Amino acid sequence: MTANRLTTRFAALAAEDRAAFVAYIMAGDPGIEASFDILAKLPAAGADIIELGMPFSDPMAEGPTIQRAAQRSLAAKTKMADVLAMVARFRQQDDATPIVLMGYLNPVLFHGYEAFAAAAAKAGVDGMIIVDCPPEEADPLADALDAVGVSLIRLAAPTTDDARLPAVVRRTSGFVYYVSVAGVTGVKEAVAASVAQPVQRLRAASGLPVAVGFGIRTPERAAEVARLADGVVVGSALVDEIEGALNDGANENVTERVLSKASELAKAVRLARVRDA
Amino acid sequence: MTTGKPNDWSAFPDAQGRFGDYGGRYVPETLMPLVLELEKAYAAADADPAFHGELDGFLKHYVGRPNPLYFAERLTAHIGGAKIYFKREELNHTGAHKINNCMGQILLAMRMGKTRIIAETGAGQHGVASATVCARFGLPCVVYMGAVDVERQKPNVFRMNLLGAEVRPVTSGAGTLKDAMNEAMRDWVTNVEDTYYMIGTAAGPHPYPAMVRDFQSVIGKEIRAQILEAEGRLPDALVACVGGGSNAIGTFHPFLADEGVKIFGVEASGHGLETDKHAASLTGGKPGVLHGNKTYLLQDDDGQILDAHSISAGLDYPGIGPEHSWLHDVGRAKYLTCTDDEALAAFQLCAELEGIIPALESAHAIAKLPEVAKEVGKDGIVVMTLSGRGDKDVNTVATALGMTI
Repeated sequence: MTANRLTTRFAALAAEDRAAFVAYIMAGDPGIEASFDILAKLPAAGADIIELGMPFSDPMAEGPTIQRAAQRSLAAKTKMADVLAMVARFRQQDDATPIVLMGYLNPVLFHGYEAFAAAAAKAGVDGMIIVDCPPEEADPLADALDAVGVSLIRLAAPTTDDARLPAVVRRTSGFVYYVSVAGVTGVKEAVAASVAQPVQRLRAASGLPVAVGFGIRTPERAAEVARLADGVVVGSALVDEIEGALNDGANENVTERVLSKASELAKAVRLARVRDA
Repeated sequence: MTTGKPNDWSAFPDAQGRFGDYGGRYVPETLMPLVLELEKAYAAADADPAFHGELDGFLKHYVGRPNPLYFAERLTAHIGGAKIYFKREELNHTGAHKINNCMGQILLAMRMGKTRIIAETGAGQHGVASATVCARFGLPCVVYMGAVDVERQKPNVFRMNLLGAEVRPVTSGAGTLKDAMNEAMRDWVTNVEDTYYMIGTAAGPHPYPAMVRDFQSVIGKEIRAQILEAEGRLPDALVACVGGGSNAIGTFHPFLADEGVKIFGVEASGHGLETDKHAASLTGGKPGVLHGNKTYLLQDDDGQILDAHSISAGLDYPGIGPEHSWLHDVGRAKYLTCTDDEALAAFQLCAELEGIIPALESAHAIAKLPEVAKEVGKDGIVVMTLSGRGDKDVNTVATALGMTI
């Protein structure tokens, strides 16, 4: 595969000897315009890579925070086309920050793998993570994404044993996403020490950078993981800020609160290995 | 895609868990090793005569099998066509077919060394059956149930509690069966070491659709022996209601190779197929992926799953087991639809003519008997699976008829 934004970004960060801060938000949460505003400002707040959630009615691997984000997004009438339009609009101002779509298979399948992959590539999407599409079921989607140069990013989990590793890293590119806890997003806390060995194992098996997510909420934990992995994904802790602002009736502060949390986490990731040295 | 008729129906699902294009294993990576482990454990149990011996013993002495195949004489006379038989699943312990599957799965779970059982339930029938077998074998049981259903089905919640199960109300989404299933999946992904997920219908990731079908196939196997004894020949048609479709596939599967036996499933069309309040995923839905399998689903114009509606909580699900999707596409089974009103009328008719109060789910199948009887003609034989008893539904029916109890 030719170098895309993901490969370029990870190479640049490796040269600086730091991990990527990967920020997740749900497209359309709390509304399409409001979430675009956050998306547009995330790179300046320190996001090296952005994961953009595609809302789904039945997000079976998400904890309560992301479930509610999906419900808010769907209540705001976000469509798959709106998600891609947000990316296209983002690309008008930023052609370097990689964007990875994360979601569930059915809405993608509904629009057709080839059609959706082509539209995603055209909008400027760099990769896709489909939570309920394990390697055993992924070939048709992988074919469609390969054809347009969009990375299929695979999840590996604590339950992924050595026997499954080759299947998990086959036909994956960009990076591998290590799910650091057996559980849903944003509930259990990751233990940094338990992440080190699986990250090395995945790197060796895939030859790709490894990002870690699912249980990272605080700058301290983000820094610990940043010393071990090539990327640190934070989602629920950012989305909680959206919900917090809405609950406080402070709609106008939504963007500010998310960006402030993102900056704090980005800084922790950025300085993690500096303090180490 | 399989388009033509397969030569050997028993060869499905294939090694990937597919019935034609349907089925499969669409689960997060965390669950994938568990699903593969379950597949192996089930294959080993299925090949072990000791497992079947133990299961058969419990089905006979605890569940009460075999249950009768009953000639519904007055209903036959009323309809005025083919002879109609009822397969009396409502006479099982706990009052429905659900226990056939739960008994098989709990024995498997114990064989696998699992120490905690989780289940999802809509109306509470599968929850009660799960709680029952967990009580019998002394395993802790957590049942996920939509908060809306918890309100609607309080007697079943109380039953589950009496049986020692913990019922966890699910408030996410619409608070009904599909949300309960999401929450059970979230529990499973969080408690991978000790937990066994007891799915209540012939759906979910492979091997569940095949495994649940196998455990429910005791229905069709008994029908076969009983109708041969009663009539000396196979029936002309089989009829069963279809939500997820476990009583139906258990009825149909042992007859798939008998080309002379027509097969009819009945989906719930709620307020009508032309409205957005129905549960007919085959007739009114499109293929998609949910809860670990590819199958027909009710969905909107952007691939979001829609809430189903049926007066019968057991049919109130926006999907269907993948084997039914396949049988529908290849034409081996025909799927009819039945509205809430038709089911209510059939519920009353069965009570008045046969002295049997059927579950509202089963009433959907009863409502279509005139149509099926007509199709097979006066000399024909029709067997309908009466999947459950209707005591649980009397409040719902009274409300629908404008009465207070």
